[in-house]
Amino acid sequence: MSAPILRVENVAKRFVTATGTVEALAETSIEVREGEFVAVIGPSGCGKSTLFNIIGGLDSADGGRVLVEGKPIAGSHRDIGMVFQEESTFPWRTVVENVAFPLEVAGMGRRAREEKAMRFVRLVGLDGFERRYPAELSGGMRQRTALARTLCAEPRILLMDEPFAALDEQTRMLLGEKLIEICQALKQTTLLITHNLSEAVQLSDRVLVMSFRPGRIKRTVAIDLPRPRTSDVIASERFASYLGTIWEDLKAEAAKGLAALETARRAPAGR
Amino acid sequence: MRALRAPKPLSPPPRLPAFFGYGRPVRTLLHAHRSAPALWGLAALALLAAALEALVRFGLVPKLVVAAPTETVVAIWRLAAEEGLLRALGATLLTAVAAVAAAAAAGLPAGYWLYKHPRFGLAYRNWLGALFAAPLVLVYPVVLVLFGRTYASTGFMGFVVGFVAIALYTREGFAAVSPTLVRVGRAFNLTPRQEFWKILLPAGAPMIFTGLRLGTIYALVNIIGVEYLINFGGLGFLVSETYDKFDTPGMYGAIVFVILVSGGMLWLLKRLQTWLRPA
Ligand SMILES: Nc1ncnc2c1ncn2[C@@H]1O[C@H](COP(=O)(O)OP(=O)(O)O)[C@@H](O)[C@H]1O
Ligand SMILES: [Mg+2]
Repeated sequence: MSAPILRVENVAKRFVTATGTVEALAETSIEVREGEFVAVIGPSGCGKSTLFNIIGGLDSADGGRVLVEGKPIAGSHRDIGMVFQEESTFPWRTVVENVAFPLEVAGMGRRAREEKAMRFVRLVGLDGFERRYPAELSGGMRQRTALARTLCAEPRILLMDEPFAALDEQTRMLLGEKLIEICQALKQTTLLITHNLSEAVQLSDRVLVMSFRPGRIKRTVAIDLPRPRTSDVIASERFASYLGTIWEDLKAEAAKGLAALETARRAPAGR
Repeated sequence: MRALRAPKPLSPPPRLPAFFGYGRPVRTLLHAHRSAPALWGLAALALLAAALEALVRFGLVPKLVVAAPTETVVAIWRLAAEEGLLRALGATLLTAVAAVAAAAAAGLPAGYWLYKHPRFGLAYRNWLGALFAAPLVLVYPVVLVLFGRTYASTGFMGFVVGFVAIALYTREGFAAVSPTLVRVGRAFNLTPRQEFWKILLPAGAPMIFTGLRLGTIYALVNIIGVEYLINFGGLGFLVSETYDKFDTPGMYGAIVFVILVSGGMLWLLKRLQTWLRPA
């Protein structure tokens, strides 16, 4: 088997705050091979976004390192394209101007970059909306715009942090299907961070289950469902058994997360 | 005894004459139409003017204190024809343009600096806010001592209030930029220069422009105020001149004109803002 294109080695991260130290990540290691779709799943607050920021180079780790093709990287790297959980389209730019953004900052001419951007606009199914502003689109369309913008830079690794978390379930399923289609068309190596079980199983070749604080990879589940895949896989028995297997591991972590949340609520208000 | 007659059949409701669109009932004009608030405003103003006119005509309010609206309107014509109203307007507007240009040239970088240095930014923000709310025009004696009765005095006053508004709103505009958008820029490896021009500035633009708009209006109003106080310059000077001459209709005419100019300026700047940034 080929060497991994992305390697996360023993990454650790601690946050020191006024109320104490939070150990967000402890010795987290991940490997993603070329063309693979890997999901990292974990309960809220387990350190997923922290991991996302460190891999993307927006935050530094306290220990460990991130390697692309065996070379350690520091800071943001052009081989890694990030899609954020929050609203991230530029409201003053049209869809195609948003998508062409990375080409524009790289100095490509208007004609050439819009032509190339249109390929990605079509890829995410937004043709016909290219001259619209984000405010005129639905949340799902805006998130697809952000995805197209990241893909337009042609990163070797697509890194996403709960990109569909703000969307309703049905939209999420359909967008998931779209994402599978896109990643298959581009043979896109993808690392998806999510807290959604069915999303992780629906999309991935492997699912990594994270433990709750400090976060580390607790278990890897290979998803042996046929490809090309559609959202119809959710009806299969295998799909259900994968959900069950992962939930077994996730349940304890989710419970810890919930308990931590409730304890935080109980703490005296107004530090 | 009256003869019993069959009641008249109900006639259809009378239609309006061809006025503001043929045959449209009054209701749609004053309730549903897009310009309804403006029409209501005009109607209210007309009613007030009529009431004032009556009060002055019947001698319930002395003529020396309040001019009748009709006389005020006539006086505006007189001021324009004989007493250099338009020249005064030109002088005030030119002073305002110069003051706002200087205020923007200083206020925009100052606002950015305050944003870039949050330690100072947060400290100065409250002071700027206090200045923003204070009637700064009251420091005119100081300005008078510094520059005398010159355009430098009126212009400087406009500059100060414009600067405060622009610096304050520029800082707030940059500070309100979504951190996610900044992170997108980092993820795409933008240089600091690109981050400023491609993300911070366009994202902060609406609020920055609001600062420019407020700064312009404040500068204009304060310039007119100082002109009045130091008897020098354009429209404010004209008001004080008519006041000193007991030319009550002229004074009211000048004041109404000043209100029209500020209102017009506000409207113009709003239009400019929506034109610059339709989304
Ligand atoms: N900048 C920060 N400062 C302090 N604590 C933080 C910071 N970022 C995250 N944390 C804490 O680290 C833990 C993991 O956060 P995060 O990575 O956002 O979790 P997730 O994305 O899985 O919900 C949480 O307890 C959170 O409160
Ligand atoms: Mg998160």
